[in-house]
Amino acid sequence: MLKKFIDNSRAKSPWIMHFDCGSCNGCDIEVLACLTPMYDVERFGVVNVGNPKHADVLLVTGTVNPRNAKVLRNIYDQMPDPKGVIAIGACGLSGGIFRECYNVLGGIDKVIPVDIYVPGCPAKPEAIIDGVVAALAKFEGLKG
Amino acid sequence: MARTIIPFGPQHPVLPEPLHLKLVCEDEIVKEAIPALGYVHRGLEKLAEIRDFNQMIQVVERVCGICSMLHSQCYCQGIEEMMGVEIPERAKYLRTVWSELHRMHSHLLWLGLFADAFGFESLFMQFWRIRERIMDLNEATAGSRVIVSVNVVGGVRQDLTPEQCSWILTEVAQAGKEIKAIQSTMLSDYTVCKRTKGVAALTKEQAYELGAAGPTLRASGVAQDMRQLKYAAFDKIDFEPVVEYDGDCYARGVVRFREALQSIDIIRAAISGMPQGDISVPVKGNPEGEIITRVEQPRGECMYYMKGNGTKFLERVRIRTPTFANVPPLIAFMPGLELADVPVAVLSIDPCISCTER
Amino acid sequence: MIENMKEITLDAVVGEASKMKSDGQRLVALSCTQLDADNFDIIYTFDKELVLTNFRVTVPKGSDCPSISGIYFAALLVENEIQDQFGIMFNGLVLDFGRTLYLDEEITTIPMCNNTKAMTVKK
Repeated sequence: MLKKFIDNSRAKSPWIMHFDCGSCNGCDIEVLACLTPMYDVERFGVVNVGNPKHADVLLVTGTVNPRNAKVLRNIYDQMPDPKGVIAIGACGLSGGIFRECYNVLGGIDKVIPVDIYVPGCPAKPEAIIDGVVAALAKFEGLKG
Repeated sequence: MARTIIPFGPQHPVLPEPLHLKLVCEDEIVKEAIPALGYVHRGLEKLAEIRDFNQMIQVVERVCGICSMLHSQCYCQGIEEMMGVEIPERAKYLRTVWSELHRMHSHLLWLGLFADAFGFESLFMQFWRIRERIMDLNEATAGSRVIVSVNVVGGVRQDLTPEQCSWILTEVAQAGKEIKAIQSTMLSDYTVCKRTKGVAALTKEQAYELGAAGPTLRASGVAQDMRQLKYAAFDKIDFEPVVEYDGDCYARGVVRFREALQSIDIIRAAISGMPQGDISVPVKGNPEGEIITRVEQPRGECMYYMKGNGTKFLERVRIRTPTFANVPPLIAFMPGLELADVPVAVLSIDPCISCTER
Repeated sequence: MIENMKEITLDAVVGEASKMKSDGQRLVALSCTQLDADNFDIIYTFDKELVLTNFRVTVPKGSDCPSISGIYFAALLVENEIQDQFGIMFNGLVLDFGRTLYLDEEITTIPMCNNTKAMTVKK
């Protein structure tokens, strides 16, 4: 009964957390713009939280380098199951324009499994919202 | 009293970016702050070896997404000076319009994040709502919300039609009205003053000696603004650097608030004074020699050092960004703060970590 | 092309920097470039009332550079950055990250100068 309630609520009101891995800020401010009045994802029940232990969906922007890979792995491990990961922007997908830099390992999927890829440089807020909605399909499947 | 080390970041709700500070605390008081960087370091200066000088524009735009226009402007100005290219007057005015739009959106973004740092969430939402007007202008005139990518070596890529110009004017005037409507809340609200006045103060001498840049420097009473160098159309547009004298977080907020309003006047002057004509000149040859150029970014002075060797690849591109200069003041004013004031103090320099580490 | 440029030697760096300081100049940046396989070039840039003053130092590979972070606290980040990117060590840094400001300890090449192995990281 309670489990069913939680599974339903997770799909209805996912809590997201944003981590900037090494992006140029372009995607980060677009993620934040999603939360503000113009796009306002809170009307869909999406809440931004700062603690990985509260989060269902992790939004990651930017390239991975050896130092932040450890942080990213750590944050991912702290999130409770089931969890979704969304990679945002060209850098998060493959390294983008920075893929040949010496301190870049590549996209987010080099470190943690990624469910949804949102392209764009920077990704537009509409695309990011669409990505979050697509990630919810993973939770929909768990509904009782 | 025993000392505790409290880590601040790299993932922190108040920071959109990963900055890590080791705060050595005694009780509630910060005794020492040691920064740890490197979470965003990509090493894009080295890309100059494999990207030619035209392709590098796209790379330097992505040093920082918030002030991308000004990075490419600074880079292009440097290359143009190296190659002896004089760009058309209209291009200079167009660059000024877009750079001031960028300054407005960056300052509104920061004012919102700053309000969020002291827990005033509705003010955060208000600033970001106003900011969307500027983002719409960017998208309609240049094609992208954040990275406008209008600069090329020899001018600009996009022109503004008269309709777009008048639309920009009405939109920024409306944004100005809305900013003024929340002025009393931002600048004289009891809780805002309580959280920001007297926090993390720097004297004029300290700020200058520590090499602070931009609003952090001007909030301490030093009237230095790189726009006084008269690049782009600033030789024809009158403006006075915004200066405050208290040097605390409140003063830094006021400087940025007034600069956001000042940008509206500059945009108005640039659009009304814009001459007709070409927007770019063809450029031949490759850059050779050394150059140092500076522009004023929303966060302060940005310096590019470039070295060309007559081939299409630059030998060295070195970027000194404003936040890089503002980290030493940050280390200097942290000791003595209460732990609860740390987020406000860190945000008060407008940290842009992707700029700092590149 | 660069205004007020002066060439100085490596041991005059600290003296010149203190002269700049007493003149009321603000440190803007240090820019390091690899000249050839054995030499690096560091340009110190200062600003006073929007006028830049520069001096240029040539540092042979393998030799240490005196740090000016005791005079200009603001130099500490950029000197650490040059340690990371070029492998030039600075003596007397007020806060020495020991080549780990940007890069992790397990990285063993110096990124901005080609084909050079890094020395071991100081703890």
